Amino acid sequence: MSETPIIRINKLHRSYPMGDEVIHALNGIDLEIRRNEYVAIMGPSGSGKTTLMNIIGCLDSPNSGEYLLNNQSVSKLRDNQLARIRNAEIGFVFQTFNLLNRTSALQNVELPLIYKGVSRKERHERAKGILDAVGLGSRMKHRPSEMSGGQRQRVAIARALITEPSILLADEPTGNLDSATGREIMGIFDKLHSDGQTIILVTHEADIAAHAKGEVHLRDGSIANDTRPTISQEVPAQ
Amino acid sequence: MLLLEMFRIAGQSIRANFFRAFLTMLGIIIGVAAVITMVALGSGAQQAINDQIDSLGGSILSVRAGQMFSRGIASSDSSISVSDADALARDVYSVTAVVPELSVRKQIKLGSANRSLSIVGTTPNFADVSDYPLLYGRLFSPGENAAKKRVAVLGGGVPAVFEKDPAMLIGQSLNIEGTSFEIIGILEEKGSIGFSNRDDYIWTPLATAQYRIAGSDKIDSISVQIAPNVPIETAMIDVERILRREHQIMPGAKNDFSLSDRKQFLNIQQEAAKIFSYLLAGIAGISLIVGGIGIMNIMLVTVTERTREIGIRKALGATRTNIMTQFLIEAMSLCIAGGTIGIILGGSASALLANLAGWQTPVSVEAITMAFFFSAGVGLFFGIWPARKAAKLDPIEALHYE
Ligand SMILES: Nc1ncnc2c1ncn2[C@@H]1O[C@H](COP(=O)(O)OP(=O)(O)OP(=O)(O)O)[C@@H](O)[C@H]1O
Ligand SMILES: [Mg+2]
Repeated sequence: MSETPIIRINKLHRSYPMGDEVIHALNGIDLEIRRNEYVAIMGPSGSGKTTLMNIIGCLDSPNSGEYLLNNQSVSKLRDNQLARIRNAEIGFVFQTFNLLNRTSALQNVELPLIYKGVSRKERHERAKGILDAVGLGSRMKHRPSEMSGGQRQRVAIARALITEPSILLADEPTGNLDSATGREIMGIFDKLHSDGQTIILVTHEADIAAHAKGEVHLRDGSIANDTRPTISQEVPAQ
Repeated sequence: MLLLEMFRIAGQSIRANFFRAFLTMLGIIIGVAAVITMVALGSGAQQAINDQIDSLGGSILSVRAGQMFSRGIASSDSSISVSDADALARDVYSVTAVVPELSVRKQIKLGSANRSLSIVGTTPNFADVSDYPLLYGRLFSPGENAAKKRVAVLGGGVPAVFEKDPAMLIGQSLNIEGTSFEIIGILEEKGSIGFSNRDDYIWTPLATAQYRIAGSDKIDSISVQIAPNVPIETAMIDVERILRREHQIMPGAKNDFSLSDRKQFLNIQQEAAKIFSYLLAGIAGISLIVGGIGIMNIMLVTVTERTREIGIRKALGATRTNIMTQFLIEAMSLCIAGGTIGIILGGSASALLANLAGWQTPVSVEAITMAFFFSAGVGLFFGIWPARKAAKLDPIEALHYE
């Protein structure tokens, strides 16, 4: 029954030199994420959540340790190869949306497909389909500046999903939204999860984390607590 | 395919900041326009001098009176005479024609207008040797020379000096210090050669000029036409030898005349024009480089302004090469667009200037292709550093750039 996990992380370290000192943002993380998991990563500010997400998302590389994505080691890949993995396997949703303000919602959503080399026509069709799915079918020509925060985050989610990534990474996706809008966005994540999408979510808020099917708590760069049922059953005290 | 997208992105970003892009392009526009104009002007000037050299036909040596020294005192008397001309015609085998000239500047009256012009007494073959075709009328004959007839042939520019219609002047008379001359012919205009504009001369038979105007039997120059197949240096030696013999100059003593090759003078001018046009093109080239620095400057600003955009693109899967290409295309588009406008502008400017100067200088295809690729090259050269800077940005830092 043990299908190989999408993500397998072993003894991951990431540190930043700060003057004379060294800050250990990640201090020996072991983590596995399986297909269709829906995990919330929690922890106090500075505990290393964003650092971990950046490494999982191939935006950053660890100082030491192993990171296998879909059974492929990515911890030692070069810049251009990482870019290709980000394009094909990862979908990012950021707290601050990170949309291109000069272009329309449709063009924003198409962006990852440009770097994938998908034809213009197919890009349009796929982007339209996804924008429809997140409820923005009527706003495709609008620019981000003409949209509400919730609408912008929907555009960002559509953009993250367009390449059909293995994992969706969301770093405090509701952090810049009011609670009602936040709940709407979480509704979309819940729906995506029920359609089979693997999701990793960073949040401070317990009620947002409650949408996920398990929580991983970080403290000072280490995993303090892992409440996911399957992992604790399958991996009894190593 | 991906490249096409890069062009689209570059186009979008230029349009988003159109005025700034235009100002930046202005440097390239001016630089390219200047290069094209200067190159066209330079080759136009050279072409004009070339045409003059060609129009001179066979080589012509010019013998002029040098200063004559008698007991240490310089005399102003001319040292060459008609007999020198006869000797040259008789004894130098490489000579095909000899044209003695006596030139005096006088006040000329035609109708009610008074002008100071050069009157040149010469033999009828002058027009043939210097290749001055007749526009109207006829040249004077040897008989008219012998009879010291008061007849005059006007240079092509003279009617304009007196603001007269050349066709109406034949048969009319002009007045040289109280003596009236009949106008029997008008030459075609040729344009100036060297310092003197021979179009503004009035030509009369040599004997007439000597006895009726100058009051002297001297002449002040002899034009010697050399057979086309004879090297000019050989002819010069022959001419010098005969003249020294005629003037009875002792071996080792200095010539009392000077010898020069009219083409030599034009060749010097030609060299000067060439150097001048290189200089102009060089200065124009510098302005193009300054334009390129402007492009680099604005591209650096653009990269900084768009750091966050670069971070986003990288997070979504843009490789370094993608980012690099995008910004390089943007810089090169600016340069090529500027270059194209500059070519059009420079082409029109040089066409206009060539028209004003009366030169036949269409802007060459080579100059245009060169300017085009040079401006693309400037874009590549000055765009590469900002583009590299963009490509090397760390995606995480770029995403957090405010
Ligand atoms: N680029 C960097 N240079 C130096 N130190 C860094 C850098 N990025 C992160 N850190 C440090 O690493 C530690 C972990 O940071 P990280 O951003 O992962 O925390 P976080 O859990 O996401 O916090 P928050 O909840 O506030 O977002 C912090 O102490 C932080 O100061
Ligand atoms: Mg964080």
